[in-house]
Amino acid sequence: MQQLSYFELVGFGPNGWGWALLTATGMTLAVAVCGFLIGSVVGTFVAWAKVGGNLAIRGIADGYTTVLRGIPDLLVIYLFYFGGSAALGAIGSLFGAEGFIGVPAFVTGALAIGIISGAYQAEVFRGAYQVVSKGEIEAARSVGMHRWLMFRRIIAPQVLRYAIPGLGNTWQLVLKESALISVTGLVELLRQSHIAAGSTRRPFDFYLTAAVLYLLITWVSTYLFQRAENHSMRGIRRAS
Amino acid sequence: MDFAFMKETFLSLLSGVPLTLNLAFTSVAFGTVFAMILALMRLSGVSVLAAVAQAYVFVFRGTPLLVQIFLIYYGLGQFRPALQEWGLWIFFREPYWCAVLALTLNTAAYASEIIRGGLQSVPHQQVEAARACGMSGFLLFRRIVFPIAVRQALPAYGSEIILMVKATSLASIITMMEVTGIAAKLISQTFRAVEIFVVAGLIYLIINFIITRIVMAIEWWLSPHLRRPPAVEPRLEAAHV
Repeated sequence: MQQLSYFELVGFGPNGWGWALLTATGMTLAVAVCGFLIGSVVGTFVAWAKVGGNLAIRGIADGYTTVLRGIPDLLVIYLFYFGGSAALGAIGSLFGAEGFIGVPAFVTGALAIGIISGAYQAEVFRGAYQVVSKGEIEAARSVGMHRWLMFRRIIAPQVLRYAIPGLGNTWQLVLKESALISVTGLVELLRQSHIAAGSTRRPFDFYLTAAVLYLLITWVSTYLFQRAENHSMRGIRRAS
Repeated sequence: MDFAFMKETFLSLLSGVPLTLNLAFTSVAFGTVFAMILALMRLSGVSVLAAVAQAYVFVFRGTPLLVQIFLIYYGLGQFRPALQEWGLWIFFREPYWCAVLALTLNTAAYASEIIRGGLQSVPHQQVEAARACGMSGFLLFRRIVFPIAVRQALPAYGSEIILMVKATSLASIITMMEVTGIAAKLISQTFRAVEIFVVAGLIYLIINFIITRIVMAIEWWLSPHLRRPPAVEPRLEAAHV
């Protein structure tokens, strides 16, 4: 059999893996974005607990961020993958179902990424909250704003503004973490490259392509976060 | 929670700790040397060298570590005849060396930015003063620039070492039986994910806790000028002997 050239291999022709790789890139983006958004929600609550909670709540929140940032992400993914199935199996057996019930890999992946990145985002939000000046919060209170209104109008916009650089870093982490979800069998970019590499025996070509695609996503998202940062800072005068 | 089972798990996971530490420290040691070279290239003022270093950092920080590991471990298999001819196949055949190589290349990219930050934080006055005393070249670097830069970079370097300990878990995917590898095997045998996760997580937390303490101790030892001087006790002279 004649060796295919690199561009035939990853192209969109009859023997090309182009569409498969593009679909898988979409899957990587989807799982990363879902995980990131779950992480934002988790992170907001954890940051709130750290800033405004009593001693016990603060202790739990501190424990959560310390533990999740101190153990390997792969372990957390295994916990969600195997533990989720075991939990579902236990619930299933209550209703008479038997045997192994698998959790969809996408859900496992998004949840695992969300829980991990939540710990990082909590620290980002907490740091940004501390920049919001006390005077603004007092002013909001003195004009009679309630908690939710104050959060929506005063705190959230300012915290988000200062959090953008940190969120950008977390997003890069999340994107790279999403490659680990391939161990659960979700066909994202790395998994698809693995499959293609196995069936064509051209592993280097496919992993290199995967690396280039990841790099492209990183590059575009760095640009977008920079745009967002510039936009959010448009009304702020900076020293130097 | 089954404590007898957890104790048994703890003992079997403990047998993976040497490999985890081995991978982490080997790659941090090689990675630091490489990172120094990259940082010096970046600051050399030679635009070609700086651009090469910058591109390297961009590529290795912008792609997932697992992709880098696969590229080296599986990907280089595509060039097996050539590698065998050069006698390098013995090296790339071993998952251990592939993991060390990938981790080293990866940490070098992150660490070079930390070192660059440290080197750039050295105040100009210090360098000027040293030059005025007649120091230059390596002596200037060894006596003035390096000690100041190390103090600046150390906290960030501590987090990088912890990231590397965490990153060694990826070596389990290419069959290395370190802590995560053993944990994954036990989980798939027993399906008791929660207990095994708790024990494995605890081992990583202990390792990382010890590393942070060591880094803090080195920081303390390197910064006597920031510590409050010990209270000088009035010396009691034996006046009436």
